[in-house]
Amino acid sequence: MSSAEATSVIRGRAWVFGDDISTDLLDPGEYAIAPLQERVRHTLEAANPRFAPEVRPGDVLVAGRNFGCGSSRETAAQALQALGVGCVVAESLARIFLRNAVAIGLPVLVCPGVREAVREGDPVEVDLHAARLINLRTARTVQGNPLPPLMREILAAGGMLPLLRKLAADAAEGRGWVDDLGS
Amino acid sequence: MGLTMAEKILARAAGREEVAPGEFVVAAVDLAMVHDIFATRVFSLLRSAGFRRVWDRTRVVAVIDHLVPAPTAAAAAVHQQMRRDVAEFGLTRFFDAGTGICHQLLPERGHVRPGMLLVGTDSHTTTHGALGAAATGIGTTEMAYVLATGRLWFRVPETVRVELTGAPGPGVGWKDAILHLAGRIGADGAQYRALEFAGAALAGMGIGGRMTMANMAVELGAKFGLFPADAAALDYLAERGLEVLPFGPDPDAVYQETLTVDLSALEPQVALPHSVDRVRPVSAVADLPVDQAFIGSCTNGRVEDLEVAAQYLAGRRVHPRTRLIVAPASRAVLQEAMERGILPALLAAGALLLPPGCGPCFGGHQGLLAPGERCIGTHNRNFAGRMGSPAAEIYLASPATVAASALYGRITDPRRVERSAGHVLR
Repeated sequence: MSSAEATSVIRGRAWVFGDDISTDLLDPGEYAIAPLQERVRHTLEAANPRFAPEVRPGDVLVAGRNFGCGSSRETAAQALQALGVGCVVAESLARIFLRNAVAIGLPVLVCPGVREAVREGDPVEVDLHAARLINLRTARTVQGNPLPPLMREILAAGGMLPLLRKLAADAAEGRGWVDDLGS
Repeated sequence: MGLTMAEKILARAAGREEVAPGEFVVAAVDLAMVHDIFATRVFSLLRSAGFRRVWDRTRVVAVIDHLVPAPTAAAAAVHQQMRRDVAEFGLTRFFDAGTGICHQLLPERGHVRPGMLLVGTDSHTTTHGALGAAATGIGTTEMAYVLATGRLWFRVPETVRVELTGAPGPGVGWKDAILHLAGRIGADGAQYRALEFAGAALAGMGIGGRMTMANMAVELGAKFGLFPADAAALDYLAERGLEVLPFGPDPDAVYQETLTVDLSALEPQVALPHSVDRVRPVSAVADLPVDQAFIGSCTNGRVEDLEVAAQYLAGRRVHPRTRLIVAPASRAVLQEAMERGILPALLAAGALLLPPGCGPCFGGHQGLLAPGERCIGTHNRNFAGRMGSPAAEIYLASPATVAASALYGRITDPRRVERSAGHVLR
């Protein structure tokens, strides 16, 4: 197993949410320009007030359809990352949320059937490389859809900021860069 | 094989003859928009990555529209930093607080052209599809990448063709058409796909109505909401000194699906809390008392929207139970509505006028809701917690339905209200 594969396994407790969890629930507009440590206290508070105070690093957020719908605010994904969420596993993901999660290096998995297979608090294991979730309480495995190669490359790089830093360094050293996204 | 509008634009921007749905391409962006909530983060990311300039300072538009005028010292500091960033990076297109909402300003000031690939740090960037631009929202890190390189990756979307036929009846507007579509296909019904509007009804449809529908395409999950650049678009652009050619799909373009919306069969629609796709005819929720009515936002804050509202409210008074808040989408809208007697009529009816901006719609400030309060508005989202308390209720409707509801203090079918003839209208 390569080191990339070794780090692609996340184990934690499942926090379960329904359909259409919006960016307003994830990161309310009222706190739009507040510091991150203040904003994360309100993350999902209207959907589950226990989530922000009790979520632990590595925990897995399991959700229904259209997770992250709404605003382009990357801070919605950033708040989950800051709280230590190891992975978001949803029936489906809203387009901008998916892009943002990948761009900041927050692992996500689209996994049809996951809501039915996981209960709140279940210990789960997500294997990003294999694109599947295992419910360790029931030993049930749910197969997800692997992310396209380009998104996996960006996630593996730790998001787009490291790619950007590399471009800037190449340019500074006169190497002349080509952005190789999608290569 | 023919291409849809989204395919044509992405192929051109990626330097390709053609592209197919599902492909990933790296494409050159024609225009990038940042607004005050995210701009300083974008510039800070750029600096931290080691970039001291943007790829093309004439292709970036910066707008202060979400927190105007600054409601807190922290917001003022964000604006101050944004003005410094704009100066440091030498951006040539900057709209300071009070000029208007980004999605109103870019078309209004002639920054949007048919066939453009446009990205913005706002999900409602899809609005610019009204002028035939492939326009979509992205986050701050991706925007930093765009400002550094002028490029971004895109998945070529499947395209859904939406045929608009018939003419809307009395009390029915284009907002009702897009709410109806949201109710029909769901908030993720167009996920990852492009909506391309077509059909005989386009002939009678102005740019305002197209902006309303393209704006809310994202509420159906769509990546783009595209209208062909036909005579209406060319006229609108010519008024702004832009001479462009018509732009549309190839005649033999291939669509994943075609949906038809017959406008003549539509009733006024209302989206119920807390999801944009919980749409019912207004009759299903009529008579629910409302504490606040809101007319504004990038969806429905244009002159024609305020004009419709004035038709219901001129010479009358807003119900004492209800606060009516009006926010024009731009200073130009405000001025025209003032000069044409539309704003005076709304103010005389008891409306509270806000400066042009996004405040209440995105839950930032001005007109936020208390627990248990109910608001009906012309904006685009009714998510729990969108507009203040998560225990408040937001209903979405057209300017006509919101105005009629403000008049009676309860959700009201605009067709039940006699419109005042000619009072403010020329």
